[in-house]
Amino acid sequence: MSETINWILVLLVLTGFMLLGSSRLAACIRLIAIQGMLLGILALRMQDGQWSAAGALLPLISAVVKGVLLPWLLMRAMREADTVREIEPFISYNLSIIAGAAGLALSLWLGRQLELPNRPPSPLLVPAAFFTSLVGMIVIVSRRKAIAQVLGYLALENGVYAFGAAVAPRLPVLVELGILLDVLVGVFVMGIAIFHISREFNHIDIDKLEALTDRL
Amino acid sequence: MIILLVVIPAGAGVVAFFVASDRLRRMLLLCAAVTQTALMLTTWLVTPAPAFGGWLAEDALGRLIGTVASVLFLAVSFYAVAYLGEERNQPHSDFDEGFLFSNAREASFTGCLLLFLAAMTLVSVSQQFALLWVAVEATTLASAPLIYFHRHHRSLEATWKYLLICSVGIALALLGIFFLSIAAANPDGSSIPLVAPELRANARHLSGPWLKAAFILLLVGYGTKMGLAPFHTWLPDAHSEAPSVASALLSGALLNCAFLGILRAQEICVAGGLADFSDHLLLGFGLLSMAVAAVFISGQTDYKRMLAYSSVEHMGILAVGVGLGGAAVFGALLHVINHSLTKAMLFLVAGNLLAVFRSKSASGVTGALSVAPASGALWLLGFFAITGSPPFGPFVSEFTILKAALEQGQTFVAVAYLAILAVVMAAMAAPMFAMAQGNPAPDVAAAPGRSVALTAVPAMLGISILVMGVYVPPILTRALREAARLLG
Repeated sequence: MSETINWILVLLVLTGFMLLGSSRLAACIRLIAIQGMLLGILALRMQDGQWSAAGALLPLISAVVKGVLLPWLLMRAMREADTVREIEPFISYNLSIIAGAAGLALSLWLGRQLELPNRPPSPLLVPAAFFTSLVGMIVIVSRRKAIAQVLGYLALENGVYAFGAAVAPRLPVLVELGILLDVLVGVFVMGIAIFHISREFNHIDIDKLEALTDRL
Repeated sequence: MIILLVVIPAGAGVVAFFVASDRLRRMLLLCAAVTQTALMLTTWLVTPAPAFGGWLAEDALGRLIGTVASVLFLAVSFYAVAYLGEERNQPHSDFDEGFLFSNAREASFTGCLLLFLAAMTLVSVSQQFALLWVAVEATTLASAPLIYFHRHHRSLEATWKYLLICSVGIALALLGIFFLSIAAANPDGSSIPLVAPELRANARHLSGPWLKAAFILLLVGYGTKMGLAPFHTWLPDAHSEAPSVASALLSGALLNCAFLGILRAQEICVAGGLADFSDHLLLGFGLLSMAVAAVFISGQTDYKRMLAYSSVEHMGILAVGVGLGGAAVFGALLHVINHSLTKAMLFLVAGNLLAVFRSKSASGVTGALSVAPASGALWLLGFFAITGSPPFGPFVSEFTILKAALEQGQTFVAVAYLAILAVVMAAMAAPMFAMAQGNPAPDVAAAPGRSVALTAVPAMLGISILVMGVYVPPILTRALREAARLLG
């Protein structure tokens, strides 16, 4: 039981590091897809054998949306934007991974500090969730391509979702569906925006979006 | 009835995407706005029954925010119909850079406007924290296309920043909600439902450290959307690049909805005896927002950006008011109404000035009073109102907050608050007066045959600010007192 959960969490941390280290957009999208699937399995395993139709359906829907639908949308956005399919970070990959390692240390420390009312099934759960969120934030601030920023946002969201699945008492089904729908529509709208950015500018490098600033 | 408040604009919004006739679609916009506002106003007389087991319910606070959104939407929709009629479907040339751009489809714009209203209304009636989160995120998604109505690179940049920054902020708020649900877990494995009245009733049993952490995350998350410094960076871009119709709604209605998310968390902190903690945070972020806004208003050359920074300032005033507690909370809630009416009017007038002078730069506009007398006069009226001069509404609410600060012995807050208000007034005076007075450039002339609604709507808003300055109806006072009671 808890063995599977541990493996999932280790894989989650691994995908986080790979996200920080990989240079190809398509590979990063696949990593986010894997994360989405892992979270679906995690939510399924968290149910302690109390199976119910709704309880099983929700992780399944979430896995399909995060593991298949969103990556498909992003792949399409990438092809339509027809951009250089490299991430082109502002900081080197090595530095990203070092930042990730620091983030992991911070997450492990945070995980020890928090006193949860209900003990999570694995001591790795909270650190892995925080780490995934931190990876998302690192990606958002350090990558040049608009699609990479969406990927960062999704990693952040995945981390928050993992945390919720791990420690929060289950939210009502309708609300979970609402959250999922918001993320889906959000990525859809961002995909449209990326398409327009690539048409307007012939690139999707956000550091060249700098017409609107106020200087002191 | 509560469900209808959300379903009417949502349904009309979906239909609007598919109506091909411009006239029919504009009629639909007006009908939906009138019906929804009428329904919202009847909730002041007859409190509607809660729906979905108390998840959707009207209380004094939600009704206040929801009504401001509905009434503003109604006013703005009359303006929007006239505005869309004048935009026509032809390429426009950009005022600043001269390139040609086209508009987004009017059907999508109208549809998104209505969906935006539906999402904001859902925020105002949500009592369940996660549902409130879903609704706030929905407001972001429905309003992003509104910013990208004029299809050019600057509005696109603004839309992208808005989407990304607000989505990230909102993700942190979701983490805050999970923290809240941990705080609400009982030792025996059961948990208090995340519905506002239940949480308030059991606030003393919530785990203090988790509630504090949850409040910080919700403040940062919703504060991003509300435009509190230092998370406000998306706001000036979005407000200045959106068409004035959308800017008026973003500033006048949307920011309040994000504020409501923070207020719901504040209610629980107050009920749980953590008011000291949350008040200090609100005061700090409020004063910081006011100060940052004052810095950026000084020397601002783009008048729509100046109005946007003024919104950051006023969101700061709201946070300071609630952070002070006591009588200042009443002032802050009154200021929600006054700021919304004033700022919506100013953005609509800015839209008129933009159409006549074809310049977003304050130096490109001179002599508004002689070219477009109504808009010029309203612009000056707006200046006095937004800077808190008597006899307009914002003066009353800003003064109430100041008085409360002095009575509580918070001299530092009072002095900083007054100093910033003075700086902002001085900084806004020079460009706004210069725009209204003086001689217009020889090639500028008022466009003939502009629709009356384009000046009538801001004029109505101007009258209402004046009325709010001299007379606050007793029913409103009662409602504000009731809402303020839960906020410390």
